[in-house]
Amino acid sequence: MNETTNAMTNEQRVKLVQDQKRKLTYQSAMLSVAGILGFLLLWEFLAVSGVIESKKLSDVLQVFRLFILKFVDKKPDGAILPVHIWSSLEVALCGFGLAVLVGIPLGWLMGWYRGFDSFMRPIFEIIRPIPPVSWIPLTIVWLGVGLRAKAFIVFFAAFVPCLINSYTGIRQTKEVLKNVGKTCGASYFTVFWKVGIPSSMTMTFAGIKVAIGNAWATLVAAEMLASSSGLGYMILMGRSYGRVDLVMMGILVIGILGVVISALINLLENVVLGWKKL
Amino acid sequence: MDEKKKVILRLENICQSYVVQNGVKDAVENVSLEIYDNEFLVILGPGHCGKTVLMNMIAGLEKPVGGKIFLDGEEIHGSDRRIGMVFQSMNLMPWRTVMGNVEFGLELAGVKKAERRAVAQKYIDLVGLTGFENSYPHELSGGMKQRVGIARAYTNNPQILLMDEPFGALDAQTRYAMEEEVLRIWEQEKRTIIFVTNNIEEAVYLADRIVLLSNCPATVKQVYDLSGLPKPRNMTDPAFLKIRSEVSANTDLAL
Ligand SMILES: Nc1ncnc2c1ncn2[C@@H]1O[C@H](COP(=O)(O)OP(=O)(O)OP(=O)(O)O)[C@@H](O)[C@H]1O
Ligand SMILES: [Mg+2]
Repeated sequence: MNETTNAMTNEQRVKLVQDQKRKLTYQSAMLSVAGILGFLLLWEFLAVSGVIESKKLSDVLQVFRLFILKFVDKKPDGAILPVHIWSSLEVALCGFGLAVLVGIPLGWLMGWYRGFDSFMRPIFEIIRPIPPVSWIPLTIVWLGVGLRAKAFIVFFAAFVPCLINSYTGIRQTKEVLKNVGKTCGASYFTVFWKVGIPSSMTMTFAGIKVAIGNAWATLVAAEMLASSSGLGYMILMGRSYGRVDLVMMGILVIGILGVVISALINLLENVVLGWKKL
Repeated sequence: MDEKKKVILRLENICQSYVVQNGVKDAVENVSLEIYDNEFLVILGPGHCGKTVLMNMIAGLEKPVGGKIFLDGEEIHGSDRRIGMVFQSMNLMPWRTVMGNVEFGLELAGVKKAERRAVAQKYIDLVGLTGFENSYPHELSGGMKQRVGIARAYTNNPQILLMDEPFGALDAQTRYAMEEEVLRIWEQEKRTIIFVTNNIEEAVYLADRIVLLSNCPATVKQVYDLSGLPKPRNMTDPAFLKIRSEVSANTDLAL
């Protein structure tokens, strides 16, 4: 018994471990695919068998066909799908981008400088609990129904989590690491830059992920209330024309785009926080 | 013989107190000390007596409520690059490699990359971490992490190195090895070292002089001169055991 284990070479051991890992990855990938297929089958079954009438639920192929068709067909909502997608993405990226650019540095500064925190805190605490969509009426009055109005609402949805998380993250900077900076002769600002901000990165990224989710959700709401294009608008039109297939296709596109954006953010996180993995 | 010793650091009636829930807590009371150039001074005291507080004041991380600190004859306020510190607890930046951590001080000082790499490499080699330059802290053992902390402190080229219980969290075996290492490094790169510990054996093994502190608030209870005991010391040597039990009998029990 012992002899056989001893006889195993290093390469064999490495190969064995790799094989096990590959097998696990393969299994989980298979299960994921099975999950999606199962969901689609259930959906198709409910639609085709007539358990749910076709006025309320379109079948999978119909939705897929519409998805292809909408790349060239403007009917019934007045624009092809890529135009709606671009319109939504543009708003989401403007509002979200601005929220990241403003919210994160503000959170860092408030978390690091006591005086600035005391100054900003009351204003922020009042703005914080306001639901982003409740800005919509005022925004329409101020900015109409264009890109700027929607970006403004998205900004508020994304700004709060960005700020709170970068604030909390930098607050949790280890005292001993700040002291390391100080004993190296660094100023308070240098310690902020070299120790505080890197320490806060994990939390900051958690904030960015919450923010993109909020931004995307609020965007669709904003487009349903105050817009003349975008995925939310397309869904609303689908409802008005009684086109369930259009509504369902719109929802799926929103979901899939959300997944793609999250994946991009995860990619960025892997680069910035690469040290966490081996 | 005393004439030849140059005083590099002088503490004059250092006191520290904190406002706490039920009044004021004194942590350090009237500590006066002279530390000589290139000596290995060990500050020995029971747990929670105020050792870290004393070190933090010397490093300029907190201001004493009373007393003065003189470095090379000049009073100092706040942290000074001439005084380096190896910290008690986990103190490496997890997002930086070993090289990144060791060169941190030089980076802050604005030293050019090639130059600081060369200096950092020298001290990485000195503490025996050659080959681990690109490893991250979570890939290192406890002893290796403290080696990085020591290399980082040396890289700033301080005149005085404060080491606050650097081996407190290590297992006994690693601890003995690290004690030998720190003596070897000290012989090779002479600096003044102020080494804090609550371990009597460690103190007697390392020290030129031992400053024994009382229970909280910390005061200087006694100073022992061990320069008559040649290094490296043998922990089973009768002379070693004698001084060890002498110090031991005089040490307050930790509360
Ligand atoms: N910022 C502070 N506020 C209030 N009390 C403090 C503060 N810093 C230290 N103390 C108190 O001062 C005393 C001495 O603390 P210190 O950390 O110096 O002990 P120590 O000798 O380093 O102990 P250890 O061996 O555990 O490292 C403790 O009782 C501690 O509670
Ligand atoms: Mg301590």
